[in-house]
Amino acid sequence: MENSQKTEEVLLDVNNLTFSFHTYGGVVKAVRGVSFQVKKGEIVGIVGESGCGKSVTAQCILKLNPEPPGFFEDGSIRYKGEDIIAKKDREMRKIRGVEIGFIFQDPMTSLNPTMRIGKQIEEVFVGRPEVSKAEARQRAIEMLKLVGISDAERRYAQYPHELSGGMKQRVMIARALVGKPQIVIADEPTTSLDVTIEAQILDLLKQLQKELGTAIIFITHDLGVIAKLCDRVLVMYGGKIMERGSVRDIFYRTAHPYTHGLMHSIPRLDLSKDTELEPIEGTPPDLFAPPAGCPFASRCEYAMKVCYEALPPEFPLEEGHASACWLKHPDAPPVEWKNPEEGRKS
Amino acid sequence: MEKQASVATPLVQVKDLCKYFRISRRDVLKAVDHVSFDIMRGETVGLVGESGCGKSTTGRCITYLHPPTSGEVLYEGKPVDISSRPKRLAFCKKVQMIFQNPYASLNGRMTVKEIVGEGMRLHFSYTEQELTERVEELLARVGLSRDHMSRFPHEFSGGQRQRIGIARALSVNPEFIVCDEPISALDVSIQAQVINMLKRLQREFGLTYLFIAHDLSVIKYISDRVVVMYLGEVAETGETEELFAHPLHPYTRSLLSAIPVADPDVAQASQRIALKGEIPSPINLKPGCRFAERCPEAEERCFRERPELRDMGCGHCVACHRAGR
Repeated sequence: MENSQKTEEVLLDVNNLTFSFHTYGGVVKAVRGVSFQVKKGEIVGIVGESGCGKSVTAQCILKLNPEPPGFFEDGSIRYKGEDIIAKKDREMRKIRGVEIGFIFQDPMTSLNPTMRIGKQIEEVFVGRPEVSKAEARQRAIEMLKLVGISDAERRYAQYPHELSGGMKQRVMIARALVGKPQIVIADEPTTSLDVTIEAQILDLLKQLQKELGTAIIFITHDLGVIAKLCDRVLVMYGGKIMERGSVRDIFYRTAHPYTHGLMHSIPRLDLSKDTELEPIEGTPPDLFAPPAGCPFASRCEYAMKVCYEALPPEFPLEEGHASACWLKHPDAPPVEWKNPEEGRKS
Repeated sequence: MEKQASVATPLVQVKDLCKYFRISRRDVLKAVDHVSFDIMRGETVGLVGESGCGKSTTGRCITYLHPPTSGEVLYEGKPVDISSRPKRLAFCKKVQMIFQNPYASLNGRMTVKEIVGEGMRLHFSYTEQELTERVEELLARVGLSRDHMSRFPHEFSGGQRQRIGIARALSVNPEFIVCDEPISALDVSIQAQVINMLKRLQREFGLTYLFIAHDLSVIKYISDRVVVMYLGEVAETGETEELFAHPLHPYTRSLLSAIPVADPDVAQASQRIALKGEIPSPINLKPGCRFAERCPEAEERCFRERPELRDMGCGHCVACHRAGR
């Protein structure tokens, strides 16, 4: 946190982003009024369960969601002051890969099986006459070496099926970084990998962020990964940001019942076998008809009458730490988190 | 080990189990290679390893969904016999399985009542009325209601589907259930619901579990004993507390250090034991220890000789030349 104070340059400014999809069942409000900023060189984590809108938010930044059926309802996305939403596809090509890179979730399906590895990495240089073919090749091979692929010259000419899952994910990272982007968006890059490989990839991302000074938006559902990697965290639920803050705020000064529930529902290594896990009962909200109040109210142990009736605004707590929960309203009664060791009502 | 053996025969004994798949005229994939372990009545044994280590194949061999290539599985001290239909049915009544993917393991053309009631029709001679009551009772046990009986699987969320799969496994009153990654396809907040339910059902029905998972924190939470597999072999096995406190195999140590801990101070301070490369292909393996080429402590002997599983005391067994030195 201390060194980000020096470089206060805001790269990306997302303000009140609202994105929906037309479907046969009606309009799905996938992202509802999300605002955040990304500064130079920092790692921002977005955490949430499936369907909470974290991937859609990330894809909005590069306009990767198909339109139609998707459409921007409201809000703005500004990258270095430029409006992203107004840009045409031709203009977006100058941003994708060059200014903002993207690492997709599933390395098995997001590489083109009919193209050689090297050509896929070089693809970002297509249509840029200032980079010659030889230079593009050299940079691709350099990048392959940087992400830890041995024998890069041989791998350059291979096809994706000749590589294992971890190697493919490294190729994906190389492809996202070869254009030296300012921001890399990593959408669950380690979810389909084994723990030992996951640890390798996380170390690699952290090391690359230090060496190249790239900002990373890291999307995951795994709080362990967040704790390991991120500077700042956004917790999303039902298309909205529930809590935001530094990684220490989120883990040690938790200020939202959902974040609290998420942390106590996962088995930890230091948990004794006799303590019951504390699951969040119920299921996530239906985004076809989002509830009028807080989306988490129906599953929340601390829900009050107001929670069902009105959407809570974000209440700022400390510097950079905010929680969208009525409990943080100045008039709300003070609440102690229930201890997971206490007996649960069945 | 000796003490346990004198007390009772284990419910399930896996002895020298091998499962090979012939994938071409020359190549054989050794998915499970001479795996042995015991499961005592009423306990939960966790089977853990990375993808491709043969943990699911082991589970499937124990339930005889795959016939083993060699070796045997003893159930209550007797070899499993599925040579005729009545014998097979008798075995299936005792041993059931919960599958990994709740989206693929339920027949989309059957209603919940048909899915859960299918086993009961085969094994018990219930009247239609009794069957409905039993299904209702089972659904209540797993947290679903009677209104769900006439619905189809696609109308349910992943967590609810997994509950249907669990109700189906329980429907024939089994003694032993193989849970093949029952929670890995579910959302974080739903995982805890299913884990708590499995633990509660174990107490209520006196079940024995073989719990297969790749997530060590879940394994530690649910298991009494743990079997760590690597490339079709058992690397280490022991009591959960003992194994997690004093891992002896370098693979177990690196697995433990690779778990992302949900605590920023611990996570950022911890130094993981780096593993080189990835799991090699299980086709035409080299001699020697299978972990040798990734092992940070490998020595010359590890590349020549395959380590045997040795008991280091209190049933804590490890397959490593260097252990105990």
